[in-house]
Amino acid sequence: MNQWKNFVKGFIKENPVFVLLLGMCPTLGVTSSAINGLGMGLATTFVLVMSNMSVSLIKSFIPDKVRIPSFIVLIASFVTVVELVMKAYLTDLYAQLGLFIPLIVVNCIVLGRAEAFASKNNVVSSVLDGLGMGLGFAFALTILGSIRELLGSGAIFGFSLVNSGMLVFVLAPGGFIALGYLIAVMKKINKA
Amino acid sequence: MSENKKPASNFVNMVVTLFLVTAIAGLVLGSVYNLTKGPIEIAKAENLKKAIGTVLPDFDKIETIKVMPLDGPDSLTFYRGYKEDKFIGTAIKTYTNKGFSGHFDIMVGFSPDDVIINTAVLQHQETPGLGSNMEQKNSDWSKQFNNKKLATYNLTVTKDGGDVDAITAATISSRAFCDAVKRAYDTYKNEGGQK
Repeated sequence: MNQWKNFVKGFIKENPVFVLLLGMCPTLGVTSSAINGLGMGLATTFVLVMSNMSVSLIKSFIPDKVRIPSFIVLIASFVTVVELVMKAYLTDLYAQLGLFIPLIVVNCIVLGRAEAFASKNNVVSSVLDGLGMGLGFAFALTILGSIRELLGSGAIFGFSLVNSGMLVFVLAPGGFIALGYLIAVMKKINKA
Repeated sequence: MSENKKPASNFVNMVVTLFLVTAIAGLVLGSVYNLTKGPIEIAKAENLKKAIGTVLPDFDKIETIKVMPLDGPDSLTFYRGYKEDKFIGTAIKTYTNKGFSGHFDIMVGFSPDDVIINTAVLQHQETPGLGSNMEQKNSDWSKQFNNKKLATYNLTVTKDGGDVDAITAATISSRAFCDAVKRAYDTYKNEGGQK
């Protein structure tokens, strides 16, 4: 029961994008289309799960004063692994996201969960927390990406529905507008 | 902190811990790099081959040379295509630094009589939905260059008095695209065209 809570809290109650407001840079940067949001979300999920798992595994061997540098080294390594693997096997997605993949390192969610959760909890809870948070992030990015793609270029996941859209939603201002309304809706749902 | 056996933060412990963490991370990264090096190169070569294939007719032999452009910091790559020892055209990997997000690479194919066969965007970071329309999978915009002979074709957008219809709301990307094609053509001409 408790473990289930660790997993689901990332979706609505503590959603990293809509509630914790962490990791706004990739959120606004990549979500000009749904597939970009999903790809970025899944890459971040992988890094989150791996870093949470390893941080909770080694937490009792790391002296307190060097824990942050150690966590950062771990996170940066996993990000580089993701980048190399994507470059090798998912070339098309890499061409779209390439710029943002190295930025996962500085995504506050990853270090935030390592520090706030994984360094105080056991492996199973940490992995579930990372998975929940990561999928919550992916979920938020996909929704935001779909809305912006639909309004901005009249398509969804690359399938064209209408011919034209409001260009502003593809650009940065549209990202802020869409995100603002989504957060408002999520607040409403959370209260209910 | 529930764990009591956590090592104290003294100098030796910290140095040893950080050394171990970075050493293991380095080891893992090294092996992943080695594992993915092959596939990355294959993927790159395949992309390049695909791009050459879209801008040149059927070829069975490619001759690669690097040429410095008249203007610009980096060299262009010429891929001279041959079919059964007959010269069929040159694919040129060219670039511009004038894009909306700076640098991007495109491939342009010239037939032996200096007509553009086709163009392909190799990689770019232009705005999705606007500048990205220069990719042929997104719009037919760049097909207007096909079958144009550059000796008689003014390679600037109509806004600047040229013959190229710019992408709606992406004039900067369109100008940059022209810049890249022009760089390829000028360099190609300077090299003496077909040789």
